[in-house]
Amino acid sequence: MADSEVLHAEHRLEYPYSRSTGPIIGAFLTALRDGRFVGATGSDGRVIVPPTEYDPITSDDVGELVEVGPGGVVGSWAWVSEPLRKHPLQTPFAWALITLDGADTAMLHAVDASGPDALSTGTRVTARFRPAAERIGSMADVEAFEIEGGAS
Amino acid sequence: MADETTDQGPVTTLATPIRLDFDFTPGVAQSKFLRGLERGEFHGQRCSVCGKVYVPSRGSCPTDGVPTTEDVLLGNSGTVTTYCVVNVPFAGQSIEIPYICAQILLDGANLSFMGLLQEIPTDQIRMGMRVEAVWVDESELTPSLASVRYFRPNGEPDADYDTYKEYL
Repeated sequence: MADSEVLHAEHRLEYPYSRSTGPIIGAFLTALRDGRFVGATGSDGRVIVPPTEYDPITSDDVGELVEVGPGGVVGSWAWVSEPLRKHPLQTPFAWALITLDGADTAMLHAVDASGPDALSTGTRVTARFRPAAERIGSMADVEAFEIEGGAS
Repeated sequence: MADETTDQGPVTTLATPIRLDFDFTPGVAQSKFLRGLERGEFHGQRCSVCGKVYVPSRGSCPTDGVPTTEDVLLGNSGTVTTYCVVNVPFAGQSIEIPYICAQILLDGANLSFMGLLQEIPTDQIRMGMRVEAVWVDESELTPSLASVRYFRPNGEPDADYDTYKEYL
């Protein structure tokens, strides 16, 4: 009997937020769109990547933006054996804290590697940017990092 | 602009959509309500202990904690218990403002639900007004509240306050 059939429906709840980036995050994203990384110089001379808008120690404006990367070092990482739909890669990958060359802070991104054995603390990686025409000024402009020397 | 990849100006905004995809299963009782909408009818369920009729029914009485097993076919008319005139535009709005959002107590029901009220100027709406459901064309009926286009005054005299004072 049709009446006894329990219904089922797919729902989608979506909010199309957009945020103002401000001059510092905006500069970082603009650099990503150009295929580069920039960090902010703090009052103690450290280079913060991604840049914060204010110095974490003095709360003053950060100093000049400097170019960093695109290579870096894996500090710590977690292997994702079953990627979810919203993950940056649809094949197994690692979330890693990567300290870019010239930076003093680590940044979270995906590492495209053949397996967990391919990674260790200290592994050198480099950014794989999307083609210029696909870059929009987003963290996703970096498709993933890959192990330097093609050892992935 | 000669080259879009190098001459786009600085990035000033970032799209950060939030999206949640989920499967909704309304269960046996609400499925009956939704199947009723597909036929152009309001179906509720009565509690065997307190006798109240819930529409839409969640399958149990929140007061007595017992399953509601008796199905009740409700009328097409009801009473406005309270209402709100919406004058504020917001993102994703699909109805032209101003419009009236009313709590409607269907005849025979002991629970009101929210409905769109049309065919009346917003300054003439009042508590106790008698209204009726206007349905979409038969070919467009679906198991969804979208089957109810809106409610409109049905021409009957206003309901006595005592008949709906428990439902405000």
